[in-house]
Amino acid sequence: MSSPHAHQAHAPQGFIRKYVFSLDHKVIGIQYYFLGLFSVLIGMSLSLLMRYHMVNPNVSVGWFGKLWPTAAAGGIMTPELYLSLMTMHGTIMVFFVLTTVPQSGFGNYFLPIQIGAEDMAFPVLNMMSFWTTFLALVVMVSAFFVQGGAPLAGWTAYPPLSAAGRITGPGEGMGQNLWIISIAIFCGASLMGAINFIATLVDLRCKGMTLMRMPLTCWTWLVTAILGLLGFAVLLAAGVLLILDRTVGTSFFLPAGLMINDKIITGHSGGSPLLWQHLFWFFGHPEVYIAILPGMGVASQLLSTFSRKPVYGYKAMVYAILSIGFLGFLVWGHHMFMSGLNPYSAMAFATLTMCIGVPSAIKTFNWLGTLWGGKIHFTTAMLFALGFVSLFVTGGVSGIFLGQPALDLYFHDTYFVVGHFHMIMGVAAIFGMFGGTYFWFPKMFGRMMNETIGKIHFYATFIGVYAIFTPMHMLGIVGNPRRYADFTNVEYLSGVMNVHQFMSYAAYLTAAVQVLFLFNLFWSLKKGKPATENPWNCTTLEWGIPSPPPFDNFAGVHPVVYRGAYEYSLPGVKEDYVMQTDPTPVRTEA
Amino acid sequence: MSMSGSLTQDTIQGPPPPPIDRGWGGGGSGSGGGEGRGADRRASFTALFVLLAASTMVFAAFTSAFVVRKGLSDDWVSMPKPPILLVNTLVLLASSFALDLSRRALKAGNRSRFNLWWSAGTGLGVLFLAGQAVAWHQLLQAGVFVATNPSSSFFYVLTASHAFHLVGGLAALVYVDIQAWRLQLGPAKRTTIDIAALFWHFLDGLWVYLMILFYVWG
Amino acid sequence: MLLAPIIWALAVAIVYFFVAKTWWFPPPISQHGMAYDAQFNRTLVVVGVIFFLAQVVLGYAIVKFRNDGRRATYSHGNNKMESLWTSATALLFLSLVLMGTKIWAGVHFDEAPPDAIPIEVLSKQFAWNFRYPGPDGIFGHTDLHLVNDAAGNPFGIDDKDPAGKDDIVSASLKIPAGKPIKLILHSRDVIHNFFVRELRMKQDIVPGMEIPLHFDTEPGTVGIYEVPCSELCGLGHFQMRTTMQVMSPADFEKWKQDQAQK
Repeated sequence: MSSPHAHQAHAPQGFIRKYVFSLDHKVIGIQYYFLGLFSVLIGMSLSLLMRYHMVNPNVSVGWFGKLWPTAAAGGIMTPELYLSLMTMHGTIMVFFVLTTVPQSGFGNYFLPIQIGAEDMAFPVLNMMSFWTTFLALVVMVSAFFVQGGAPLAGWTAYPPLSAAGRITGPGEGMGQNLWIISIAIFCGASLMGAINFIATLVDLRCKGMTLMRMPLTCWTWLVTAILGLLGFAVLLAAGVLLILDRTVGTSFFLPAGLMINDKIITGHSGGSPLLWQHLFWFFGHPEVYIAILPGMGVASQLLSTFSRKPVYGYKAMVYAILSIGFLGFLVWGHHMFMSGLNPYSAMAFATLTMCIGVPSAIKTFNWLGTLWGGKIHFTTAMLFALGFVSLFVTGGVSGIFLGQPALDLYFHDTYFVVGHFHMIMGVAAIFGMFGGTYFWFPKMFGRMMNETIGKIHFYATFIGVYAIFTPMHMLGIVGNPRRYADFTNVEYLSGVMNVHQFMSYAAYLTAAVQVLFLFNLFWSLKKGKPATENPWNCTTLEWGIPSPPPFDNFAGVHPVVYRGAYEYSLPGVKEDYVMQTDPTPVRTEA
Repeated sequence: MSMSGSLTQDTIQGPPPPPIDRGWGGGGSGSGGGEGRGADRRASFTALFVLLAASTMVFAAFTSAFVVRKGLSDDWVSMPKPPILLVNTLVLLASSFALDLSRRALKAGNRSRFNLWWSAGTGLGVLFLAGQAVAWHQLLQAGVFVATNPSSSFFYVLTASHAFHLVGGLAALVYVDIQAWRLQLGPAKRTTIDIAALFWHFLDGLWVYLMILFYVWG
Repeated sequence: MLLAPIIWALAVAIVYFFVAKTWWFPPPISQHGMAYDAQFNRTLVVVGVIFFLAQVVLGYAIVKFRNDGRRATYSHGNNKMESLWTSATALLFLSLVLMGTKIWAGVHFDEAPPDAIPIEVLSKQFAWNFRYPGPDGIFGHTDLHLVNDAAGNPFGIDDKDPAGKDDIVSASLKIPAGKPIKLILHSRDVIHNFFVRELRMKQDIVPGMEIPLHFDTEPGTVGIYEVPCSELCGLGHFQMRTTMQVMSPADFEKWKQDQAQK
């Protein structure tokens, strides 16, 4: 941990100091971004393998057999392999994509700049938090390569399946241990990040940057950091208890009288599988808000900038972010309605869950209100923000079904749930990241991304994700259970195999389209049109410095902020935007 | 965190007059000077409180697991606690007291007294860890292992987690101690001293809490 | 601009499939199931309206407020509108969950009626087994050490206990129509879940816990309904499936007698 003084007075020299062990929050943000990009490609590949198997369970694929000689002998994926791909898909996506890119990626890069600071409060800690996350990813991926392979208990790792060890299935040996260790390392990295974000936001804002003048992105990064701080701590505790049950014979989660694979399990008794669920979901629910809040912040930023209008109801948006954060800690039981949880507490959790729908609704109304009366410029970034709103509505409303225990009696563990969380996390949050990329790429790399390719990417992806994930709600209504390697054993599912086929094809096509994004990203890094300081005529602080910024952001000039973040189209002002740092007095009949 | 400069005030009356540029000012990071160190110090305290919040949550999670597990089944047998734990508690409290005396000495300008008391506190901290190791050894000799009983499981998990935090705290204490004896404790290190001492006091309080948990409910 | 018709088309398509019920629930076979469907439909209407309106308004805003040279309206919002739609949303959401309380209470707050037929359910990796107490109405004593799947004793019934001699063990669930049933759910190893679509209910089965689940079917709902395990239980999770056969009371009695003779 070093003090804010410790960042260099001069730019770092040498490849290692500049690009590997950099203390510069901008470099670290980019490192996190590319770690996330790498992880999403792995996660997406796993999901394509899953979607293929679900509709072709008995088809032999030559290279499956080469890649997994035991788990896909003869080129046919075994159910245990399917489940381990599923487990790793969920884990990698939730932790290494959704928790890193929006917060540690964009947040690291832009939080200090948007509040007028030279760097994060603790640059050395920041550097360590990235490399710790990297280590966690290495350990996680290594689970694929050990005896038995990756764990198969889902990203939720419910005991006894995850606690009783190798006898519950392949991958439940070393693979599950590595999973737990990786998550524990990730918790540490997360804590380091949270310390930096909160200290920076609380103490390093420049003159005039009051809390209520901060861009909404900063508010989301603040609340997300607090959620991560408190939530990951509990996950760490849970992980410690789980690994002890697995390795040294404790019984936190394992009850007596288990008989697995015809073997009576002695040596464990008195534990509660429900205890794990409480601890896990106490973390797990705030985690999903960690995944979506920064995306909401980006959406607000983009919708305002490209409508040339202030954010509708800024204060209400702030209160909504704060209440989502607070209420997010009180609703974990809605993941446990069918678990054997006390039915009275289920009703309490249900009521609170309905409450948390309210601030989300407020945000949606306010996004629409921001557009209303605006002057919309359809840049690729804006398209993704508009797509975000549409997808957030679609994904959010299915929560109204699931938040009612009475309806969850049918929908729990069906594809209705899978559709819900993919729409929100797997799509809306990703659109937030895409929007952020197209928006901030010029600032980060000094070049513009190609708008034409970007627009094709948007339209194809937008239609594609609707095609993949909305049918899942119909499958849920049919009663399609989740986490099934294939559907050949349930007669009532024979009628929906065409839906599954459709979704699989939609998945392959949408995945293929992402090549356009990758091409655009990497090609523009070198060959994109050079970017000006403020190509979008945006008001926040990062658009008042060069593209890309100098190593100390403001080149020794200390910014002073005179107004809020979204002063667009002020009457009586010639330009349709006023920078936050612009001291010119302007008057309106507000 | 003032709310001055609200949106409506800005737009109706115009922004407040530009401040006199004194460097980064109220909320910024600095490159030297009083204000710079002020922000520096504040950020370090914020960081400490954030860390303490996270640690509290870890132990809160362990506590709730403890309570649930105890209430669930009737296999909880209260673990026999080695009396040395009480001695260790006194040692840890003494070490906090010593650190506090040393900070007072520093405030009064007495460097040599600071050095002596800080070293005493550090030494007592090491003694505490040694005492914990003895306690663990005694338990293992008596056949009380981590999986013996849920009561012992929680004892080992909680004391190990506490010790893990303590090792970190001790590293900070030792760092300050070395700097102190080398006479390299300038005013800039004041924050480090305060943060290290506060973290140590937190661990103290945490330990007392754990002792109550073990003896009353464990 | 192209985005607006795409959003509208998607919204229409989605609403269509919900209205046309192309892929839908099977008909319910119990009063609870019918109440469930009513609550679902209520929620569907509310959600459908919100969903459709939001997508339409979004599309409309995209069209109406696209950049056509005029300046945007400078506004920071309207507190009155905020309070209005916040309260409306809160009222709507809370009403929905309260309306569903009766259904939830019927399943979990209320006890099974005293004349409910008790049936033990044993879930294990990767099969289901059901046990009936037989004419004496008492379940025989069981012991984990006596469990022998291959010999047809998955429950581990102690043959020294006379009460167990008339117990009926079956790999599929058979029940009489029109009578209350009380399932007593057990798991031998990991968490499983008992689910019947037509009953509109499911329940996690947690090892170490004995979880009751009661329901009754309507008279005349004779048929065979599938029971797919609905909580990840390992590599055979997708194969862990049995059936619930609802018989006429007369057929059920005959079945029990046939089993007793075995």
